Amino acid sequence: MLRRLDAVWIYAILFVIFLYGPVLLMPVFALNDGTFATFPLKGFTLKNFSSMAANTSMILALQNSLKIAISVAILATALAIPASLALTRFRLPGGGPIQSFMMLPLVIPSIVIAVALLVIILKIFGIQLSLWTVAAGHVLICLPFCMSVLMARLEGFDPSLEEASRDLGCTAWQTFWRLTFPLAVPGVISSLLMGFIISFDEFVIAFFLTGTENTLPVYLFSQLRFPNKLPGVLALGSLILVGSAVLVIAAEVIRKRGAPSNNPGDY
Amino acid sequence: MTAVSEPVAASRTRDAERVRRWLRGYGLLSPALAVMIAMLALPVAALVLLSFWTQHGFELDRSPTIENYAQLVRLKDEPTVWFGIPFYFAYPVPAILMIKSLVMSLSATVAVIALAYPMAYFLAFRVTRNKAMWIILITIPFWTSYLLRVFAWKIVLGFNGAINSGLKALGIIDQPLEFLLYNPGAVVITLAHSWVAFAILPIYVSLEKIDRSLLEAASDLGDSKLKRFLRITLPLSAPGTVAAALLVFIPTVGDYVTPTLVGGPGGTMIGNLVQELFLKQNNAPLGAAVAITMMLIIAVIVAIFLWAIGYRRIRSRRM
Repeated sequence: MLRRLDAVWIYAILFVIFLYGPVLLMPVFALNDGTFATFPLKGFTLKNFSSMAANTSMILALQNSLKIAISVAILATALAIPASLALTRFRLPGGGPIQSFMMLPLVIPSIVIAVALLVIILKIFGIQLSLWTVAAGHVLICLPFCMSVLMARLEGFDPSLEEASRDLGCTAWQTFWRLTFPLAVPGVISSLLMGFIISFDEFVIAFFLTGTENTLPVYLFSQLRFPNKLPGVLALGSLILVGSAVLVIAAEVIRKRGAPSNNPGDY
Repeated sequence: MTAVSEPVAASRTRDAERVRRWLRGYGLLSPALAVMIAMLALPVAALVLLSFWTQHGFELDRSPTIENYAQLVRLKDEPTVWFGIPFYFAYPVPAILMIKSLVMSLSATVAVIALAYPMAYFLAFRVTRNKAMWIILITIPFWTSYLLRVFAWKIVLGFNGAINSGLKALGIIDQPLEFLLYNPGAVVITLAHSWVAFAILPIYVSLEKIDRSLLEAASDLGDSKLKRFLRITLPLSAPGTVAAALLVFIPTVGDYVTPTLVGGPGGTMIGNLVQELFLKQNNAPLGAAVAITMMLIIAVIVAIFLWAIGYRRIRSRRM
């Protein structure tokens, strides 16, 4: 171990501390018995967490966020599965540009996506803002992530399996359900979890496109302005961080299971 | 295409077969593509359209005009001086915020690449066991709430924050350091921290793809470690590094959350102006013009950058 502790290793350890340090302060101060997020720590308490149960507006926002995130995860994955199949299996003319177009939401600042959707929803179609409009915006930004997960998975296994299935007399539909889909299941689950996390944690689009109802990040943002709400914010923030981390780990572990791949891009 | 000896009929059925296959492929693609067109292409087109309309109070005047864009570049004689730079615009706020956003985003991007490259190098060349675990460890922060990661810096840098109270408790300072939060520097640090995890993966992938025998060959032929790095590793990892830089630079120029939470009055960016024009000043057409101009400026800068470094040539270089 000592032999390997050179400059690069020391850097890596410092980097991880830098990456996690600020975020980990949140649970530390949430468990601290004080009204400000300051050192020295005063003592251990769980009261910030127990008082959350009585906060009805927060629980309402949580329910809204869960509803949106679950629908978005399912919808985005359902759209991404056939699209990923088409882009990995059919060698379509124009497939490259189409794929680039699908990845566009990754590089457009979310405020531009938010105002563009706001304009078409309000000024062109005259639809009322609601949780539905938030969900619509979230499907858009989740699609590129779901598609990259699924495409990596679909590229990871041998297409000759599908050829064999067709040669043995299966229809395309049977081949999909008996072979392709079962093999793609880890990718599908991971795509569902990714879609859920992205939607659940998304703030800017929800902030612009929500009507009178709040999602959890929008609620959280509205609380950030009040210093006396800080302990509650810290407790809620800690729970969201832990929940997201658990889901990300699950998504990554499932994605890797049973998929030994030589493709370095497929981590 | 087909062999000369092949009967024409067979080649025709094969063509028909191929076209049917393509149609099936496009069929599978169509739901996702329809969503993308309806929710990205059309809204952006609507945004462009709106930027040529005008807002009079609560009335939206739909007669086309370039007044919104003209407003952004209209000149006057008295310059508004900002950091010693004279701006001769009648309405200088968008231009100042745009330049400020570009500089801040560029600084954050440089910091991100400087921080991410060694980490990607570590992942690609030093980690032999538990590689998957390390990669998950690096990616987790990127997937957890952006809002909370930014807010965490407010706790770290704030007047009553972790650094100030910690230093005070240690007896190093008497008064809280006020320069930590609510300035462009705080925004740059926070942006760099928020995006660094996202930048590691593309760099890591291009480092991992490098044929290790090239490195051995360089050593065998007498290159020192540093020379080997500069002549082989760095050039061959350029595509991933450039991709990472763009993936950070493009979205951060228009970031809204970070300047709002840690920027204070001095750290506002162009995204704040767009938000204000849309939601507070009720001037959506001008906001649309600002957003479109921002996107065009980013696109031009990215195009010039890719042309200047010869990205096409770098990418096609043999691995």
